[in-house]
Amino acid sequence: MNQPKVMKESKNKIRVDFERTPLKERLKAKFLSMFFLKKVVWYIFRLVLLVGISYIVLFPFFSKIAGSFMSPEDFVDVTVRLIPKHFTLNTYRAIIVENGFFEAFKNTLVLSLSAAILQTFSCCLVGYGLAKFKFKGNNLVFIAVLFTMVLPHQTLSFSFSVNFTYFWQGFFGLLHAIHLVPDKLATGLNLINTHWPMALLSATALAFKNGLYIFLFRQFFRGVPDELEESAYIDGSGVFRTYFQIILPLSVPTMITVFLFSFCWQWTDDFYTNLFYTVARMKLMPSIVSIPSSLMLGYAGQNLFDAAIKNTAGILIILPLVILYVFCQRYLVQGIERSGLTAD
Amino acid sequence: MTNTKAVGQVKAAPKKRRKIASLDRKKARAGWIFVLPFVVGFVLIYLPIVLDSITLSFNWMSTVQGGGYELTFVGFDNYKAALFEDPNYVKTLVSGLKNLAFDIPAIIIFSLFMAILLNQKMAGRAAFRAIFFIPVILSTGLMEGIEAQNIIGDYMDSAEGIDDGSGTSAASEIVSAMDIEKLFANMKVGTELVEYVVGMINNIYDIVNRSGVQMLIFLTGLQSISPAIYESCSIDGATAWETFWKITLPMISPMILVNAVYTIIDSFTTDSNIVMGFISQAQSATHGRELSTAMAWMYFLIVILILAIVAGIMSAFVFYQKKD
Repeated sequence: MNQPKVMKESKNKIRVDFERTPLKERLKAKFLSMFFLKKVVWYIFRLVLLVGISYIVLFPFFSKIAGSFMSPEDFVDVTVRLIPKHFTLNTYRAIIVENGFFEAFKNTLVLSLSAAILQTFSCCLVGYGLAKFKFKGNNLVFIAVLFTMVLPHQTLSFSFSVNFTYFWQGFFGLLHAIHLVPDKLATGLNLINTHWPMALLSATALAFKNGLYIFLFRQFFRGVPDELEESAYIDGSGVFRTYFQIILPLSVPTMITVFLFSFCWQWTDDFYTNLFYTVARMKLMPSIVSIPSSLMLGYAGQNLFDAAIKNTAGILIILPLVILYVFCQRYLVQGIERSGLTAD
Repeated sequence: MTNTKAVGQVKAAPKKRRKIASLDRKKARAGWIFVLPFVVGFVLIYLPIVLDSITLSFNWMSTVQGGGYELTFVGFDNYKAALFEDPNYVKTLVSGLKNLAFDIPAIIIFSLFMAILLNQKMAGRAAFRAIFFIPVILSTGLMEGIEAQNIIGDYMDSAEGIDDGSGTSAASEIVSAMDIEKLFANMKVGTELVEYVVGMINNIYDIVNRSGVQMLIFLTGLQSISPAIYESCSIDGATAWETFWKITLPMISPMILVNAVYTIIDSFTTDSNIVMGFISQAQSATHGRELSTAMAWMYFLIVILILAIVAGIMSAFVFYQKKD
């Protein structure tokens, strides 16, 4: 190669002249190499794949939204696909008015919010206890947690309803035998159609998927260095003060993740709500998914139209969750990131 | 930890003769208080329910006038009825297990692949992540039920006329086995693999929907791998392929175990599982409640067994980075 020319311009300044490779050559070297080609191919492949799968995830929502604006005539019209020809809001109106959407929304909001808050705190407590304290039976408790996680609810569905209809029958029967409680309570408390079953299950970390939440918290707390608590203890703080003032603030991202999960899963839950709330007075989200009487037309396209109505109900149900998700989704990744599910 | 132990022993030294619980014991007590909500609930609420359910599976139930019910002990009759008299239980069980043997590796491979993709730096990564985690939040419970009877998606997607939901049309299949077969013909792989790949592609919607949590867990794992390891690898001249097999896979193997266990539990217990559907349908027959409970308990035992086997085999291959 040519040596660069060094010239002294003044006392403290030099100028260096060297021959650069021509622009054409440089571009050639950069863009016609195997390395660049591979990068481009990979980039395109990745983009196509991600966009394709995003389409697969999102298409059902598009088709639901499109169907919800269609009038019954559109479902017998072969030329109508994704874009409604006779645009209508009747489906929404019928579901909101006839199926009592707002009442169900209010009831479900109260139920899901309180259940999610209770579950988040109870699972956080249990997870912390399991992660940071060595006591006899620690492993046994953890196995019990796994057991509740693995046992399908359907196995227990009947026993759930029986046990909450005659809650603590043995205990109250005993009290009745020694004349401590009135006859009415001899067969136990009837908790069905009250908020008690959900409240009890949530407060004791036994509700839907709580095993998973306990596991997440346990893994998160295992990643928190012990030195943090030790220094707090040395400074004279008790176990509970340490928990509330040092550990809880640390675990906010994980708590938001768990809250998000439990809120959304409780919101769309139909197993526990159908089990514990049997009267029509307590309107919850599952009762929204039915065909309003004004839309029962009984014509050729009814099958498809029914499906569209149910989908519309589905859109109304998940709309609040979508809004919540938009605001919280960054915590979802963050919270799990920090749960430090690594190592063991 | 050793530090605190030493402190505890010093404190508990017999000089003072006062009854002070050692730090360890204090901590043990505190630990019990933390797990108390769960333990109380488990013993007082959950265990009676589980025991009730087990008793029910060994009994026949008859309602008594004026509310309540009576149980008559029948031994293993319900179990025998499920295994030998019900024409469909065993069949459903076998095909359910076969489906899962197919689905679980597919879900794990897919979610690992997607997690690696979503972990790379690129434009719009946050948006893609947000889209991919939508099913975790939205496709459960009620929505799953709605989706199961949703004929409109196929209808909108297909280019042909209305088939009124009477059956899934061939148009909804993304690829046919023929195309893939041509692709694999020269590669000398068995037809099983071809069918597997075809099935995976056609089930992609289902698989994407069910692999959200797994993707999250893998992403966590990937992000916890120190970038320094990758850097030193690339300095030593390792290719991306080698880095994946020698670094990423071993480092992520604990996550694979966690995900395998989670996927097994999740897919065995969702409502859309055919065995679960069969069990809840069986309730309507005479003595159906008892029968379905017996079926469910047998199913549970099988799940536990499979879980134990899978976890046992996989944990032998899991690589743990040494602590300390």
